[in-house]
Order: sequence, then structure tokens, then C-alpha cells
Amino acid sequence: MKHPGARRWLLVAMAVAVGLGWAQDRLDPYFVDILTRIAINITLAVSLNLINGHAGQFSLGHAGFMGIGAYTAAAMTLFAAPHVLPGGAGGWLLGMWFLVALMAAGGMAALSGLVVGAPSLRLKGDYLAIVTLGFGQIIAVIFRNIEPLGGALGLQGIPARTNLAWAYGAAALTVYVVTALVNSTYGRGFLATHDDEVAAESMGMNTTRYKIVAFVVGSFFAGVAGGLAGHFTLSINPRGFDFNRSIEIVVMVIVGGMGRTMGVILAAALLTLLPEALRMLSGLSPSLRWVGETRPLLYSILLISLMLLRPQGLFAWKRKGTVS
Amino acid sequence: MSEFIQQLINGLSVGAMYALIAIGYTLVYGVLRFINFAHSDVFMVGSFTGLYAGRAFTQASWAGGVTVMLVSMLACAVLGIVIERVAYKPLRSRSKLTVLITAIGVSMLLQNVAQLVFGTNQQAFPDTLPATTFQLGKLVVSSKDLVVLGFTLCLLGGLEYIVLKTRIGTAMRAVSFNPQAAALMGIPIDRIISFTFGLGSALAAAGGFLWAYKFPRIDPFMGVAPGLTAFVAAVLGGIGNITGAALGGLMLGVIETMVKGSRWSTWTEAIAFVLLILVLLFKPAGLLGRVQAEKV
Repeated sequence: MKHPGARRWLLVAMAVAVGLGWAQDRLDPYFVDILTRIAINITLAVSLNLINGHAGQFSLGHAGFMGIGAYTAAAMTLFAAPHVLPGGAGGWLLGMWFLVALMAAGGMAALSGLVVGAPSLRLKGDYLAIVTLGFGQIIAVIFRNIEPLGGALGLQGIPARTNLAWAYGAAALTVYVVTALVNSTYGRGFLATHDDEVAAESMGMNTTRYKIVAFVVGSFFAGVAGGLAGHFTLSINPRGFDFNRSIEIVVMVIVGGMGRTMGVILAAALLTLLPEALRMLSGLSPSLRWVGETRPLLYSILLISLMLLRPQGLFAWKRKGTVS
Repeated sequence: MSEFIQQLINGLSVGAMYALIAIGYTLVYGVLRFINFAHSDVFMVGSFTGLYAGRAFTQASWAGGVTVMLVSMLACAVLGIVIERVAYKPLRSRSKLTVLITAIGVSMLLQNVAQLVFGTNQQAFPDTLPATTFQLGKLVVSSKDLVVLGFTLCLLGGLEYIVLKTRIGTAMRAVSFNPQAAALMGIPIDRIISFTFGLGSALAAAGGFLWAYKFPRIDPFMGVAPGLTAFVAAVLGGIGNITGAALGGLMLGVIETMVKGSRWSTWTEAIAFVLLILVLLFKPAGLLGRVQAEKV
């Protein structure tokens, strides 16, 4: 299966991203805020979809990798930049450095993905879920114990570098890389691993390797998203990357339909808007104030009922050429 | 030296409670082959049931404490069976991932409902069992630790009896060994699975009650950390193996308490995870588990 239009779509998306970045100052700040968060969540959800959906492994620590990226990128701009960049460096140079910081963020996250994934992905079953869940908890402990990174208080005063161009550029690149990877000859291996591990192995495929590749690539983009998020919220702390954040991303993937990129993008956008809608609803009148606090409850009910009634996801249209 | 022994007793009592939770994970894994994420929240519900049932008794007494514990065990057994019937049973033929996600959903649901019902603040757990401290030379031993250990031993003894000596225990082992063959032999699989959930949840509730007795501040998220550690204990001992789970729980309890008492105390939460990685790397079947070839 070839995707001849994919590269063209990437160019279009990039152009839209640059256009949005250029138009940013003319847009309502609240609108820009939501649009940026949608882009970051798309990056997170689509990268998790590579692990959970396409390769069929279950990671519960995506926010942990995001945290590693956020801290790495923040450290690059806060601590490393003054030593490397000349004083009074212009916008172009700062932009280049931000790119370097984001790459470093992704790289660090990918590296930790390798360290966490290699032992747990050798095993079949649910071990990855529990290891990544533990990993998410441990990352918080580690950040809390590293004083130069602000301990429990985290890092403040990160310069605002993330704009719509960066955010949507990263989202477009993530979607492109994941789609291209899955649809490549190599990427068939992910689907084979997902569909039937034993059969894939008996065809001579190294399923562990496919799982690790999916996990590392997914972690890379989670790190990039973390770097973007840090330079967007301007302060980060260990609590921002906890289990609940991971679950938010998992819910996006499940609502969108595991292994369905378009559905996951839609779900990421929708679930970013959902809390805003709830907040708006609870602001309408005092009797509706409770609505704003129901989000976690709503998420859990959404998860259970989707699994019971529609496990293929809310936006799962029939895939071309599949019989079932 | 006396400090070491004191930490050891403390660690053993924490480990005993980990063991009680870990057995629930292992039992369910044995019959259904999936991680019941909601188990740690059943443990939390056990504590809260104890809190409300404990208010019926104004004074701490043995009879009262044991009654409260039995009440929360019963309540959680029912809860466990209901969870299995409503959320897991319809998914039995689906992929494991689906069941796992549902279990996470149930876990979140329990936490959020608990928040609505019990409030988000920490609550003080009433003294339901009498407690004193003994002085043995330099050693100060809280009777709470001994009570926790004693109760756990009794419960484990009861479990051992049920699993090894009774008809239903034999059926449980048969289902765990080979569900299809067990069904062909006329064993009512659904009833056995329900019973397993009830048994595991009751043990978790006992753990929750004892946990709240030893650390008398409880909140809706109290189950998360002990639940994770207990799961690691189950993997450490060899998942599916009851003795292994108990052993793993005790080991983890002692190790964690020792670390907590050292100058590395801020890293305590990382211990279980590091151990889990090591076990997966070197002995994925766990300490007492056997490596099984997968049949297709």
C-alpha cells in the first residue's frame, strides 16, 4: 500500500503551520492557547498511537517521556543557551537553538524509551503496561530529587518559544513520520506484530525489535511534544507529567480508535476542547458549577463504555480492504 | 542492631499487607491472565468500609475490630464480584488489551466515585483494635505490627486451606491450569471466576483495613502506591503463584522500609520499579515461577 499523497499533505500542513504562526499575533490569545494545546495533544496522541495502536503494545507512561523532553528542552534553553549563543542573539539564532533543544528533548526521551522498553518488550503480555506505569511514577521521583532541575517546584521562567508554527509543524511531522513508517515495507512488521505475534515470529520476524522501534520512535515524539509544552506553559513541575496526563493521552487514542491516525487526530482535538466546553457550561450558572469537575469521572465512564460497546473507537470508519 | 530489628519488624508488617494485595493480583492473573488494575482501588474501598463500619463501635476491642474487618471483606468481595460481572465478563473473548483498558477505566471510576462519596481530604481512621507498645530492652515494638502480622498469617492460612483442601479451591486450580479442560470436566467456570474475584477482593479489603489501622490516614488515592508495589511483588514471586506473591510482598516490604530509614529515603518510591526491571531482565518468570512454553 503506497501513500503517494502523504508527502504533499505534509507540505500543505507545514504551510498551514507557518501561516498560523504568521497570523498568531492577530488572533485572540484564548484561541491561540487552545489551538496550541490541540497541536501538542495531536503530537502526543499520534505518537502513542504508533505504540498502542499500530504495534499493539500498551504504554501507560507517555507523559513520563513527555516530561523528560520538557525538562531536557527547558534545560537547553535556560542553562545551555547562555554558554553557547553569543549575547544578544537574534530571533533566527534563537529559533535554531529551539530546534536543537527540541531534537535533544526527543533524543533523551527516545533513549529512555530504549532503556525502559528493551527489558519489558522482550516479554509477551501486559508487562509493558505495568513497567511504563511504574516508569511514570519514577520519573516524578527522579525529577523531585534533582535539585538543579528545581526539585518538587520544577523549573520556572522558561522563555516562550512555542508558537503555532512550531506546534503544528511538529504535529504535521509526527503524523507524516508515523503514517509513512506504518505504510512502509518495514512498517508492515508493526501490524504483523500487532495482529499475531506468534505467527509473525514463526515467519522469522524479530517482533521484539519491531516493538522496541515503535516504542522508541513514539517516545521521541512524546519528548518533542514535552519540549513544546514546556516552552508554551513557561513553567514545568514533576506533577504535570503524572499518570493522569498519560491516561488523558491514552483516552485520546482509544476514543479515536487504536491504529487509526485520522480518528486519533480528531479525538485529540475534541478531547482538548471538552474541558473548555465543560468549563463554559459550568460558568453559565451556579447550579451547573459541578459540571466543570466531572472530567476525570467522565473519562473513566468513557473508557469503560467504549471498551464494552465500541472497542474500535468512536471515529472508526471501515478501513479500506479489511474484512471483518 | 536494635534499630535494625525494629525496622525489620516494621518492614515485615508492611510486607504482610503487600502480600495480601499481591495475592489478589496473582489469583486473578491465574484464572483470567490479565492484570486487574482496579484491585488497588478495591483495597482503598476496603479501608473506607472499615472507616464507616468502625464508627459503629465507640471503643477499640478485639471483637469489634475483627467484625469491622469481616464487614469490609464481605463488602469488597461483593464489589469484586460485581466488577467482574459487569465490566470484565462481557469482554472475556476479546483481546487482552481491551480488558486491560477496561480495568484502568474501572480503577479510575472507583477513585472518582470515592472522591465524590468520601471527599478528597484525608480522613482519620478510628482505632478499632486495641494497640499498645512493648519495651524489650532497647527495642520498642508496636503491637500494631504484631497484629498485622498475626492477622495476615491467619488469612494466608485460611487461603491455603481453601485453595488446597476444598472442592472449590481444587476447581480454581483446575481453571488456572487449563480453562478449556476444566470446562469440559463440568467445572462451572463463571462461578469459579466470580469466587476468585471475591476471594482476592476480600484479601485486599483485609489489607486495606490493616493498612488503615497501621497508617490511620486514608484518602481515595491511597491504593495507588501500595497497589503498584504489590503488583511488583506478585511479579517478583512469579505471577500466578500464591506462595511467591506472599514471599515477594514480604521482601518488598522489608526492602522499602530499610531504604526509607536510610539516607536514600527520597528514592523509596523508585525501589519497586528498579526491582521490577531487574526481575524482568534476569528472571522474567519470577522467583518461584516456572517458564512455560507457549502453545499455539
